[in-house]
Amino acid sequence: MTAAGTTPAPPTSAAAARSSARVPFHRLLDVELRKTVDTRASAALLAGVAGTAALVVGALAVWGREDELGLAYLAGSVAYPLQLVVPMVAALAVTGEWTQRGALTTFALVPRRGRVVGAKAAAGLLVAVATSLFSFALSALGTAVGSATRGIDPVWDLSLDAAARLTLLLVVATAVGFAFAVVIRASAPTLVAYLLFMLILPPLSSMLAAVFDGYAAVAPWVDLSTTMSVLSGPSVAGEQWAQLGVATLVWVALPLVLGMRRLLRVEIR
Amino acid sequence: MIQIAALTKRYGDFIAVDDVSFTAEPGRVTGFLGPNGAGKSTTLRTVVGLAEPTTGRATVLGRRYADLPNPGLEVGVLLDASAQHGGRTGRETLVLAQRTLGLPRTRVDEVLELVGLTRPEARRRVRDYSLGMRQRLGIATALLGDPAVLVLDEPANGLDPAGIRWMRDLLRSFADGGGTVLLSSHLLAEIEMIADDIVMIGNGRVVASGSKATLLSGATTLARADDADALGAALRAAGHDATPTGDGAVATDAGLAAAGRVAFAAGLPLTELRAADGSLEEMFLALTAGTQRDGATAQPTTGAAA
Repeated sequence: MTAAGTTPAPPTSAAAARSSARVPFHRLLDVELRKTVDTRASAALLAGVAGTAALVVGALAVWGREDELGLAYLAGSVAYPLQLVVPMVAALAVTGEWTQRGALTTFALVPRRGRVVGAKAAAGLLVAVATSLFSFALSALGTAVGSATRGIDPVWDLSLDAAARLTLLLVVATAVGFAFAVVIRASAPTLVAYLLFMLILPPLSSMLAAVFDGYAAVAPWVDLSTTMSVLSGPSVAGEQWAQLGVATLVWVALPLVLGMRRLLRVEIR
Repeated sequence: MIQIAALTKRYGDFIAVDDVSFTAEPGRVTGFLGPNGAGKSTTLRTVVGLAEPTTGRATVLGRRYADLPNPGLEVGVLLDASAQHGGRTGRETLVLAQRTLGLPRTRVDEVLELVGLTRPEARRRVRDYSLGMRQRLGIATALLGDPAVLVLDEPANGLDPAGIRWMRDLLRSFADGGGTVLLSSHLLAEIEMIADDIVMIGNGRVVASGSKATLLSGATTLARADDADALGAALRAAGHDATPTGDGAVATDAGLAAAGRVAFAAGLPLTELRAADGSLEEMFLALTAGTQRDGATAQPTTGAAA
């Protein structure tokens, strides 16, 4: 530290006369995107996402079954691990403000908290979509290289429709992680809750469905982690879309509404 | 200008802030003094919209803080220097605020220089900063938008004596330029050094407020006249001590009646004449002792280590 005794510029003008426009949304989005890479931890998480995708695609391209190797297979295979890690980026964007207490500065600069949370949601959405596109590119690379080294014809069988559904799958998973984060507002419990949702809820749900007939009938409408997996299947029927919509309301919209009501009012300390 | 009117904040049955009213004027440094847990931070959080008052109202520059379109350009806020992401570099912390406010990138270097953080220091991660460096970084964030008002909670914590003097000079020149400064402290000495006006709070209530000159003079009487200088001169001519308070009044050791007669004889109409508040230091000690006793009621008064 230098013992700088420089004086600040005096306040430039009467503040009342100052023309300060509202902070536009694109600036908030810019800042939130920046926050996803500007610490070692957040950069490592994104690198982990990329590394996970590369590892899965690489392993399947090299050691996977020859008759399965193709763009759709690789893209579909990498989708599940991405569902586990990508939502963490969006969740930590919210919880980090509380865990690291940056909320004190963030919400002093932008008192309309809903706009900040909106920017975080948009940033999470962009990360999810970008990761999905990245996984397609990796899968294409894996298909090309894997086929060439094994001397087989590359199979380019990923339809635009299937690609869109895989992207939607990642977006829904990200929305769940984000909604949990808005409700819980603490990093570790949020990640645990999300992993429970992804890893424990499906077997628990199918067990319950086996025991209780009543639950078996409603399970597809409420068990989002199982229901959303149809998005990675070959096709989605009309009723499945409806189930997906209802389950998303339960796991995303409901916690978001309850969490936001609290987040907008809670004292930031 | 910051105006706080009848502000009350309850948490269940606990009243953290109890009917607090005061004004922080432009051109002056207002020190918000009180023991730990007196309600200072809660009040300041309410001023900048991070907490909702139960009743009452706080305005900054005539508006509720949350209604300011881009508050960082009008109000610099530092509530807790340790509440900064440890994984970011000091510079990155400022860049985030600079981008939010829509300021040119060069502004980051300007405020870094202003608070005396060197470039190598700015490249280090905040978790490796001392508390003093975090305070400087927090002040840099607050000054980024070239605001007219500063709200600082315990900004001198962790600063060495040279740092406190630096802070005083910085806030002095800020106020001299017409800015409003509201800063809190739990140390009387710090407030004495930095503030022009003092608001003392204990158990959520304002127990004393006024200019530092008045509160610290130990005077018994406060007299106000349109021409305070003439009043002071008349009192001194009559053999009394007289200290201008800086806000148009004079604190004097003359009794109420004596002060009134002096003013009458000098032909100066008094606009205010009252007993001055008790000694700030005594009141502050009483407040602090009160909170300490609460924690040590069982302790005998004799036999305790001095």
